[in-house]
Amino acid sequence: MVAINSNYNIPDFSLSPRIDQVGVEERAKRFTARSIKTTSKVNGLKLVLNMIDLTTLEGKDTEGKVKQLCYKAQHLHDAYEGLPTVAAICVYPSMVKIAKQALGNSGVKIAAVATAFPSGQAPRDVKIRDTKFAVDNGADEIDMVISRGKFLEGDYNFVFDEIAAIKEACGNARLKVILETGELVTYDKVRRASDIAMYAGADFIKTSTGKIQPAATMPVTLVMLEAIRDFYYKTGKMIAMKPAGGISKAKAALHYLVMVQETLGSAWMSNHWFRFGASSLANDVLMQLVKEKTGVYQSGNYFSID
Amino acid sequence: MTRIAVLKTYKIYIGGQFPRTESGRYYTPFNKTGKPLANMCLSSRKDFREAVVAARNAFGGWSARAAFNRGQILYRIAEMLEGRKAQFIDELLQQGATKEQAENEVNISIDRLVYYAGWCDKYQQLFSAVNPVASSHFNFSVPEPTGVVSIIAPQQTSLLGLVSVIAPVIAGGNTCVVLASESKPLCAITFAEVINSSDVPGGVVNVLTGKVAELAKYFADHMDVNATIFCENDIDTKKLIQDKSALNVKRVFFYDDVKWNVADAENPYFILDTQEIKTTWHPIENIGGAKAGY
Repeated sequence: MVAINSNYNIPDFSLSPRIDQVGVEERAKRFTARSIKTTSKVNGLKLVLNMIDLTTLEGKDTEGKVKQLCYKAQHLHDAYEGLPTVAAICVYPSMVKIAKQALGNSGVKIAAVATAFPSGQAPRDVKIRDTKFAVDNGADEIDMVISRGKFLEGDYNFVFDEIAAIKEACGNARLKVILETGELVTYDKVRRASDIAMYAGADFIKTSTGKIQPAATMPVTLVMLEAIRDFYYKTGKMIAMKPAGGISKAKAALHYLVMVQETLGSAWMSNHWFRFGASSLANDVLMQLVKEKTGVYQSGNYFSID
Repeated sequence: MTRIAVLKTYKIYIGGQFPRTESGRYYTPFNKTGKPLANMCLSSRKDFREAVVAARNAFGGWSARAAFNRGQILYRIAEMLEGRKAQFIDELLQQGATKEQAENEVNISIDRLVYYAGWCDKYQQLFSAVNPVASSHFNFSVPEPTGVVSIIAPQQTSLLGLVSVIAPVIAGGNTCVVLASESKPLCAITFAEVINSSDVPGGVVNVLTGKVAELAKYFADHMDVNATIFCENDIDTKKLIQDKSALNVKRVFFYDDVKWNVADAENPYFILDTQEIKTTWHPIENIGGAKAGY
């Protein structure tokens, strides 16, 4: 297997930096203590909306549900003028065609979860076909899962080659690599998996599928952001980040923005470089925006169902 | 050796927890002789917001309980209050009541809870109706709880007024956020301790202390509150509440001429105030040659 990024010196991943658990958790906690008010808050919230990958990944998804989601992606809350759209919608490969029709040229991207999401327990050729199917149907981004079993066994070459193979199958689509941090258990392993994914050709690294608890947490995201920073210093290449699952409140989303800003800098503060994988976050952000505008606390009854 | 008295700092009651106000502000109410009573939380609009979230989360479970079970729980509150009578009498004495008044107020409060406990599974029959209609339908109307109710409690009593406004609201399956009497707040938080140990799920009753002038606006304009109750004859505040409540067409009730210590202050119409009437048309066949109807 030829690695896409074979122009890099591939390091020995067993030597990836160890993570100071207490230090990382305390540092992550600090980001929640920033005070963001009025104009900065409104701008921050609009940026959050623009970074959301509006997601539906359920066995019971129907064409109707996906169409509804695509409508919502473009019309978050029409009563509030000047709102951005979300960054992308995130669906299963079988729904990509429907989404493509529904989104048209709105600029909202289509992300598809491929490679036997969420478990990733399938042979490689199936995963590659899954990926190609999504890309051929018009997916702009592919969210793949790594083989956690192989990773935990220590078979890093397998994981590396698999990511590289999927990257090749993606063509022009950007590749998000889901580490499923809830199954990796320790920060050391999260850091190691991040390094493998980035060297193997990931455009994004993503925390979770949303199917396993815990999903995205601030410390885990911080570990991954620091891996991105180190990779950038070494290679000069920017990698994007996507925490997913469990971020449902506007306040928490602002804390994540603070963390990105203070860890990677303002170059990463756009939806090309940072995303939230979420389904219920958008409504909470909308409620806060309307509250800032009207001065009145809002009720979920007056916002569209997601 | 003389002992220095400990001036208690009362907390507020949100979602079954006793946090301090997020604002970090406190005030000290005084009794008639100028003696400080305690340190009370000066709640902010954010405390109110948190309380509404807790009340909304608790609403589904509380309204879905069997009416009989809600009655059991209200009766349990009465029992627990009975057991802590002495503490309430002591607090009422501190706040300027005579011994006789204090005992009377606690007794009526307990009786009032028992009264509404009894109504929990009975007001539905009283306020429901089977309606005569011209088509072949079984048509009936039943009361259902309106949702989250914000309440600014009566200012002149510390315990009785508070109990009298909370009991009918929760008896009817609603959840509530209550602002205690500003000048006589002691019993409110002690009553929250009673509620907390009476099988009442967290979030069904939330108690704040603070200033009416600061919080009335938010009690009235929050979009996730379905009804609001105000108990003072203060024209400006009443106007403000009516005005702000129009935003989401809240139900507004002014209990400003109720004497809480007499029998008139307890009746099932207080429960009806925070109920919505749902009418159902159920198609039926004509049975046994009878005409359309029920």
